[in-house]
This record gives sequence, structure tokens and C-alpha cells, in this order.
Amino acid sequence: MSNQTKHWEKSRGLLLITLAIWFVFSIGIFLFGAEMNEVTGPFGYPWTYWFTCQGSLGIFVILIFWFANRQEKIDEEFGFSEREDE
Amino acid sequence: MKGSFIDNLPRIYGIYTGGFVGFIVIMAIAEQMGMSAKAIGIAFVAFTVFIYALIGYLSRTAQADAYYVAGRQVPTVFNGMATAADWMSGASFVAMAGGIYFKGYGYMALLVGWTGGYVLVASLLAPYLRKFGCYTVPDFIGTRYGGNLARFCAVVVLTVASFTYVTAQINATGTIASVALDIPFQYAVYIGLISILLCSMLGGMRGVTWTQVAQYIVLIIAYLLPVFWISNKMGAGFFPHFMLADEVARIGELEQQFGFIANSKEDLALVPKGLAGITKAHSAVNATPWAFISLALAMMMGTASLPHVMMRYFTTPSVKAARKSVGWSLFFIFLLYSSAPMLATLSKLSLIDPTLSTGIIGKSIAEVQAIDWYQNWNQANLMFVSDFNGNGTLELNEFFMGGKAVVLATPEIAGLPYVISGLVAAGGMAAAMSTADGLILAIANAISHDVYYKIIDPKAETAKRLTVARVLLVVIGFAGATIAAMEIQGILGSVIWAFDFAMSGLFFPLVLGVWWKRANRQGAIAGMILGLVSGAWYLIWVRSGGSGFLGITQLTFGIFGSAVSLVSMVIVSLMTQEPDKATQKMVDNVRVPSGKTILGKQH
Repeated sequence: MSNQTKHWEKSRGLLLITLAIWFVFSIGIFLFGAEMNEVTGPFGYPWTYWFTCQGSLGIFVILIFWFANRQEKIDEEFGFSEREDE
Repeated sequence: MKGSFIDNLPRIYGIYTGGFVGFIVIMAIAEQMGMSAKAIGIAFVAFTVFIYALIGYLSRTAQADAYYVAGRQVPTVFNGMATAADWMSGASFVAMAGGIYFKGYGYMALLVGWTGGYVLVASLLAPYLRKFGCYTVPDFIGTRYGGNLARFCAVVVLTVASFTYVTAQINATGTIASVALDIPFQYAVYIGLISILLCSMLGGMRGVTWTQVAQYIVLIIAYLLPVFWISNKMGAGFFPHFMLADEVARIGELEQQFGFIANSKEDLALVPKGLAGITKAHSAVNATPWAFISLALAMMMGTASLPHVMMRYFTTPSVKAARKSVGWSLFFIFLLYSSAPMLATLSKLSLIDPTLSTGIIGKSIAEVQAIDWYQNWNQANLMFVSDFNGNGTLELNEFFMGGKAVVLATPEIAGLPYVISGLVAAGGMAAAMSTADGLILAIANAISHDVYYKIIDPKAETAKRLTVARVLLVVIGFAGATIAAMEIQGILGSVIWAFDFAMSGLFFPLVLGVWWKRANRQGAIAGMILGLVSGAWYLIWVRSGGSGFLGITQLTFGIFGSAVSLVSMVIVSLMTQEPDKATQKMVDNVRVPSGKTILGKQH
């Protein structure tokens, strides 16, 4: 298997993990919105309410930075990261 | 100053922010010394617009890569700020808190959708399109799939989506200019348009980038300062985002106590158009899972297909920077979006809680009608009370407000000085202008680069290309302003439609272009045309009384459009020949950050 194929397989794996986390916090939890809202969550807000105003939004921010760092590592591992002079 | 402009950015924008804060302080002092509210409003809007125009003038350029992609040297954090301003429109700034105030949970699907979409942008598209080295989104479609027809289809989808969006933004600049400068809306729209064009005409993407950063700074100060101030003034907590749980619970109690009483049709007919009462619980789950999820999903996929957002990531110095920059964009958006629900909570509680001095529910109608701010906003057609049950006191179901009033009027209701209202007007203007600039530029660039240069006259000189681009910018701006002046639909409705149009036609052709090598020209063309046509058909069908299916509404028609797009693209691609070796090699090159961009620096 060529270097490039391996790089792409690993990148695709990272994509799937990223999309899975994204799916949970943008879609998955809202299947149970009514039930989850009965429970008190962070800072005393009901859980569902908190996710819609801060939780999911903040998790997306962290998720993107995490993804960017992981992808950079993968690029470096296979020697595909950009050089400064390009 | 030593060093290049780029090296000095933090210093330049630091001085700019300090200057703006200084301006606010001067205005506050002037207010104490007796400057009129109207003069303060004019000063805020005129001063900020003048600064943007100055930045636009200083960024003038005669080079294609500076005009189209700001020379590809915008640092990550600054590109994040510019994207946030590009993204947060007049609707986000003026209407979002109002939507949450009236509709609660069901509306908050937009908060989740308009942020979650950036995960798709970062992971599926932005870094790869940056590696491609294109100037516009149709540039990618045209080169990846090959042929003028594919390129042209992408331009059509882009234009339909962006134009739907831009009329709403010009409308918003007109509304704010007409209130702040006290001139009729029909003229204010053109004043708004001229301000917009001053930023983008001379410098293209370069001018828009540096004005958008300046506009972000104004709009975020204008949004956050009142939220923190009101929260502290009410004693609700010095950091509202973490401390409003008691207030949210208190609103729930009051809702129970007052109850939601439905008004009769005859009574509602007396309420001025566009105003609404509180009919839905503030923090309870009031929408079905599918209603919430489908709206959020449509907004997320729309985010990843809107060209004015995507093209911001063409301006970063590298692929790596493009990824990080998406994170910064969302961080800067998060600062405003997470504050909107807090503003809605503070605004609602200060109005409905009888134990607060600002509360009006339970007071006598005559008393409420005598309040200064009520009279002002009643005159502006944004507030209305009426004693339906004839008992002389104001009930929850007898108080009506316009959605914009939550952002525009709350500072005044809470007793903040007028300088804050002037600041909010400047913030709203900045939000609407920055988005309108990005959109008009996206359309004009696509038509000048992809239709004129790539299809009609490939031998055109740079100077001629940029002249065409600038003429188109003005023409599209005026077309948008003319339609905006007719006031066909509300700000928010047309914004959501733009997302649905974009995802119907562009989401899968873009994503599969990178992630599926087998996708070919015929498939992409089928996906774009059938996606856009079926989405538009569904919208028209539902608007003209059709029942719809699967709970897909006129706000989420993109789900149907993009499903048709996906299916037709896969089927047609598999039925026709696979892409040639050169195209497959190109896709391989796009997938790794190293090496040269697919399209050259000048193309």
C-alpha cells in the first residue's frame, strides 16, 4: 500500500470519528430533548436548554480545533505537511 | 511602523479597538452634556461607516489574486474574525434574540445548525478547496468535473442562493440607516448600498477582509456590552452566561402563574402586523425531535454549501491555516450566539416580572401607556398593548412586541444610557454590511471570473477582468437594493431559504468532488440541476398550499432538494464513464496538503 493510500485511510478514519461526535451533539441528543430537559445540568440550567445555548456550540468549537491538530499530526506522519517555502 | 502590514495587524487593530472604545466614551460624555439621542445615533453610524470606507480605499488593488483571494496571506485569527462578520448577518444580530424570546426551543435549532455546520466545513471541504487554489467555488466545480456546463450550473446555484440572502441584508442596512439617520426607508436602502460598495469595490476580497475584521470588532462590542451591563444592573449575575439559571427558572414560574391565554381572532386583528405576544414556554422543549433536527440539519448542510463562507478560506496562507481558521471563525461566532439566549432571558424577565421595577405585566394599561420607552417603541411600530379582557390591567397575552425590539429596545427598557442604543445601531449596521459585502462579492466574482473570464473571454487582460468584476459588483448591488426596497419578505425567512437553495444544489457536488473519486461531470451536473429544481419545486408547492411530506416545511426544503441531488448524482455517475486518469490524479493531489496548488497563483 502506498504512503498516500495509508495517509488517506487514516484521514478518513479521523473524519468518521469527527462526524460521529458532531452527529451526537447536533442530532443525537435532540432525539431525547424532552426527557433530557427534566434534569438539571451545568450552571443549573436544564440539560437540553444548556446544550442549545452553550453546550453543543462550545463542543463544536473544541471539536474543530481537535480535528485540525489530529489532521496535522497525520499529515506530518506521512510527510505530507506543507513546507514554509511553498 | 516597522515591518509589513500583515506583521503589524495585532497592533493596528488594537489601536482601532482602543479608538472605538474612546469614541464610545466621548459619546457618553456628550450625552451627559446634552447631545440629543438623534445626533448620537447619526454620529455612531456615520463614524463607523466612514472608517470602513477608509479601510476599503486603503485596500485598493489592481492584482487578480489580491482582488479575488486577498493575496492568500490573511492570518488564521484575523480570517476567523472576518468570517464571523461575514457570517453573522443583520438577522443574527437584530432578529436572533427576538426569535429565541418568542419561540424558545424550536427556534434554537438555528443556533445549533448555524454553528454545527462549521464542523462540516472544517472536516469535509475548507482545507481541500484551499489546496485546490481556486478563486471561487464554481472554479472548483469547473476544474474538478471539467467543462463549461458544470461551471455554469455552479454559478447559477451560487447566484440563486446568494441573491436570496443579499436582498435581506440590504434590507437590514436600510432599516437601520433609516432609523439612525431618520430618513425614509426607500432612500436609506441606497445609502446602505453605497456604504457596502465603498468597502468592496476598490479592493475586492482584500478590502472586504480588512473591513470585515473592523466590523466584527464593532458588532461584538455592541452585542456583548449591553448583555453584561443589563445583567449586572438587574443583579442577575456579573457573568450572565453562567449565572442566569435562576432567571430562566423564574420565567418558567411566571409562565405557570400567568398561563398562556389564547387571544380571539377579532382581538388579534387589532394587533399591528409583525408584532407577536409570548405564546410559548421559554426553556421547555416545545418542538418535536424531527422538527428540531430537520431544521438544524438543513442549516448545517447549508452552511457548508454557501460560497461566501467557503471563499473566506481561500484567503489563508496554507491548508493547515485554513483548518485552524475554521475553528477561530466558530469561536468568534460562538461569542455572539451564546449571548443571544441570555439577552432574550434578561429582556423577557425584565418585562414580565411584576416584582422588578421595569416589569409591566400586572400594571394598569394607562400606566404602561404613559411610560416613555413604551411610547417611543409604540411609535416605531415595535410595541403594542391592548386591554382585551377590559379589566384595566395588562395581562401576558395583551402585550405585543416586534422581534427586533428585543435587541434594539432592551437597553432602553433596562434604563441604560442612550449611547448604548447608538452603539447597538452601529453594531447592527456592521453585521448587515459585512454579510452583504461578502455575498455581493461572491456573486460578482463568480460571474466575472467563471462566466466572463473562463467561458466568454479567456484571453482578457487582468485590468479588463477587474473592471468587469467591479461593474458587476455595482450592478448586482443595485439589483439587490431595488428588490430590497420592495420589501417582499421578512429578513429571517429569506435567509433560511438561501441555506436551503445552497444545500440543494451544491452540498453533494462539492463534498463528493473531494471524497468520491468516481464522481464525474455528468453526475455533478445532474446533481446540481435536479437538486436545485426539485428544492425550488418543493418550496413553491408548499407555499401554494401543498401539504408537503415527511414533515419537511418551507424552511427545510433543502433536505428534499439535497436528497434528490445525492441520488441523481450517484446514479448518473455510475451509469456514465469514470473520470479520466488526470482527474483522478488531481483528486489525489487535493487530498494531501503538500505540493503545489492545483490551479496556479494567477489563473
